[in-house]
Amino acid sequence: MYKPRIGLVFQLFLRASRAQKKRAILTVASIAWGSLSLLLLLAFGEGLKISMTTATHGMGSDLAILWPGTTSLIWEGLPEGRPIQPRIEDIDLLRKRIPNLVEVAGEIHRWGVVVNHDKMTTTAQVKGVTYGFGEIRNHIPAPGGRFLDPLDEQLRRRVAFLGNDLAEKIFGKENPVGKEIFLEKVPYTIIGVMMPKVTMSNYNGMDKDQISIPITTFKAHFGADRLSIIVVKPDRPERMGFVLEELHKTLGAKYGFDPKDKRVFSIWDTVESFRTTRNILIGIRIFLGIIGALTLIVGGVGVANIMYAVVKERTKEIGVKMALGARRGWITGPIVLEGLLYTLLGGAAGLIMAVIAIILLDQIPTEGNEALAMLGKPTLSISIGMVSAAILGFIGLIAGYFPARRAASINPAETLRYE
Amino acid sequence: MILDKFFNSKKDDLKIEDGEVIKLKGLTKVYDMGRVKVEALKGIDLEVRDREMVAISGPSGSGKSTLMNLIGCLDTATSGSYHLRGEAVSGLSREELAGIRNRRVGFIFQSFNLLPQISAYENVEMPLLFGGMSRHKRRARVLELMERVGLSDRVDHKPTELSGGEMQRVAIARSLAMNPDIILADEPTGNLDTSSGSDIMNLFQELWEQGHTILVITHDPALASRAPRQVEIRDGLITKDSRR
Repeated sequence: MYKPRIGLVFQLFLRASRAQKKRAILTVASIAWGSLSLLLLLAFGEGLKISMTTATHGMGSDLAILWPGTTSLIWEGLPEGRPIQPRIEDIDLLRKRIPNLVEVAGEIHRWGVVVNHDKMTTTAQVKGVTYGFGEIRNHIPAPGGRFLDPLDEQLRRRVAFLGNDLAEKIFGKENPVGKEIFLEKVPYTIIGVMMPKVTMSNYNGMDKDQISIPITTFKAHFGADRLSIIVVKPDRPERMGFVLEELHKTLGAKYGFDPKDKRVFSIWDTVESFRTTRNILIGIRIFLGIIGALTLIVGGVGVANIMYAVVKERTKEIGVKMALGARRGWITGPIVLEGLLYTLLGGAAGLIMAVIAIILLDQIPTEGNEALAMLGKPTLSISIGMVSAAILGFIGLIAGYFPARRAASINPAETLRYE
Repeated sequence: MILDKFFNSKKDDLKIEDGEVIKLKGLTKVYDMGRVKVEALKGIDLEVRDREMVAISGPSGSGKSTLMNLIGCLDTATSGSYHLRGEAVSGLSREELAGIRNRRVGFIFQSFNLLPQISAYENVEMPLLFGGMSRHKRRARVLELMERVGLSDRVDHKPTELSGGEMQRVAIARSLAMNPDIILADEPTGNLDTSSGSDIMNLFQELWEQGHTILVITHDPALASRAPRQVEIRDGLITKDSRR
């Protein structure tokens, strides 16, 4: 027989929504639609972020790629414009001299190397690399294989690590590991094939089309001792500047150039370019979020509208409550709550629809379609949930607040005067 | 605290005699209707003492409803002073007025003004709820009040399931809930047939005898004559104030 107050508020709410069932349903639907688009847009943004980040890291993360060039400053009596060409042994030197380093690797490249296997002949790019190259440049061996190791380098073994596309081109479905190929008529044993990877950035050709061999073997075979490229990875991305400085000092002392000479190496700092990519991604996601929020605001206007109608309908009731001594909060609270409830109801419906939509979108195969693969899978994350809930809650509060303010401004004397 | 404000606010020079519930001094009310200003009350002086029952009558448009709104703290005066149990009401904020209405004034309306969706019980409970009484005490109080107006068997009925006279009894129970200083009844029998109207008047009589201070506003002279003191208003001024 006794009902608590929350029950009363809820009862009032139910009654109001029964009286305006159609309008309430439409309003909740518009909120649901707005939430759906907000959630989907954010989910696409998240998917894009994930695939872009993965792709950026495909080449390896927090790297600096250095191409040796010529000096641009006079240094200790030496003229400018001298080419600086570090040698293979400098990699060991750098490894010893530079602290805070995960690894430094050297590469020497040669294009158009003739590759033979059985009756198959093709050409490929061969790079002689130091053993640490595989790990920092994400040359991850597929199961059953391995990358080059220090012993390969020390013993100048004729072993090769194949890019996955090249491996497929030469061997088809066959497992190449343990087989022999000829590079310029010299036999090499294949010790591993690279795991396929999505990568957005590259230099000097795609990793999947290349052959890696120990840098010492490369020197013995092709006679080249000068590094084409040096790859550096500091232990923490923010130490990149320091590590590059140390590298300039070490090589500057050896080859005689000003450590402050910025032109000796052309440097690609991926830490910096990744930061740019990340900022662009954040920009895209904010933009998507704003579009979604705008759609949701349309729904919020609907809620505000229905709440205005509710206030108008209950003017007399509100006047009576005021006469009985209801405070402002007692009048406005239930109205704000009601607006919020409509909004959250719609939001919940939108969330369910979004989850279903994402599950359905997940069924679309992206294999082989690079554009779709790059778009990634739309993904709902906790942060998306929290952002959406915050936007929804804010809109719900606003949608309830203004009608509630009108309710609070009702003059009880006036509403009670006319019978 | 707001409560403190209610109880020791605004002492002023006006001397308040003991037992005075309402003291109006030069009360005016002007409605600003844009270009036209309507002077509804032109300076009302009125004192109502404890345990009095006063009928305020007058033709429509005389200003008696305005007076009731002012006494009931539903509206504020344009000028003049109003003391309710010695406390100056003019100049209080909306929130403070709400507090005064809750604990000091009990309203009874011509059209009952019960909330239609909730039961008689919940209607009577409403002012107690606003007054912040605990659930346990509320329950006891509501049941006591319902018994006092003779509706113990109608506690769970909705207003639509009650007769006019019963609805007005619920409204009276509601007005008594917070044990107010004054009960304000605006044409309490206006929507009732003669017999239930006289029932309600008898109930008022009873309440008065029990020690309540009651102000009845009516334009029905027969009804007004049942009150021991009659005040008549015409054109915003008190024209007659007689005691039986």
